[in-house]
Amino acid sequence: MTEFLLAAAGLMVVTVAIGLLRILRGPGDADRVMAVQLLGTGGIAALLLAGAATGEAARVDVALTLALLAAFTSIAFAKAPGA
Amino acid sequence: MSALLDLWTIVAVSSGALFFLAGTVGLLRFPDTLTRLHALTKADNLGLGLVVLGLLPRAEGLLAAAKLLCVWLLVILSGATVSQLIARTARRERPPA
Repeated sequence: MTEFLLAAAGLMVVTVAIGLLRILRGPGDADRVMAVQLLGTGGIAALLLAGAATGEAARVDVALTLALLAAFTSIAFAKAPGA
Repeated sequence: MSALLDLWTIVAVSSGALFFLAGTVGLLRFPDTLTRLHALTKADNLGLGLVVLGLLPRAEGLLAAAKLLCVWLLVILSGATVSQLIARTARRERPPA
């Protein structure tokens, strides 16, 4: 079961990393922020899976913090002058 | 019972991964900003939701399970808010014809 969870975590990271191609292609700033948003959520999922695989409860706390910070990135983008 | 829970975890986590994959493909392939936003929110809410549901039976104790649900709720809440903000910014960038 540990192997399955770790493999799922790795797959999650690879998937959202491919999504980062959208940052290169744009065309607007909103599209780029969406790729970052997907990276945040994928990172949360990977952290939760890795936490369940290794039994380290601290990783769930890291995921909770990442969820909070990922929300702030997009809000900062929407509120930035000139965005 | 344990095998059944393992099966549940495998099914739910795999479906979650599928939604993440679909979200990424949509983000890369869809033609304009708003449709891409639509694909992204599926990965956010359903993908992470299924992963959390799959991990719930493996949580040690009620507190750990509540914490997992907390992560999901926070992502759903922030996802809904942020999608509105991003959509508004996209409209300002390129107003609909």
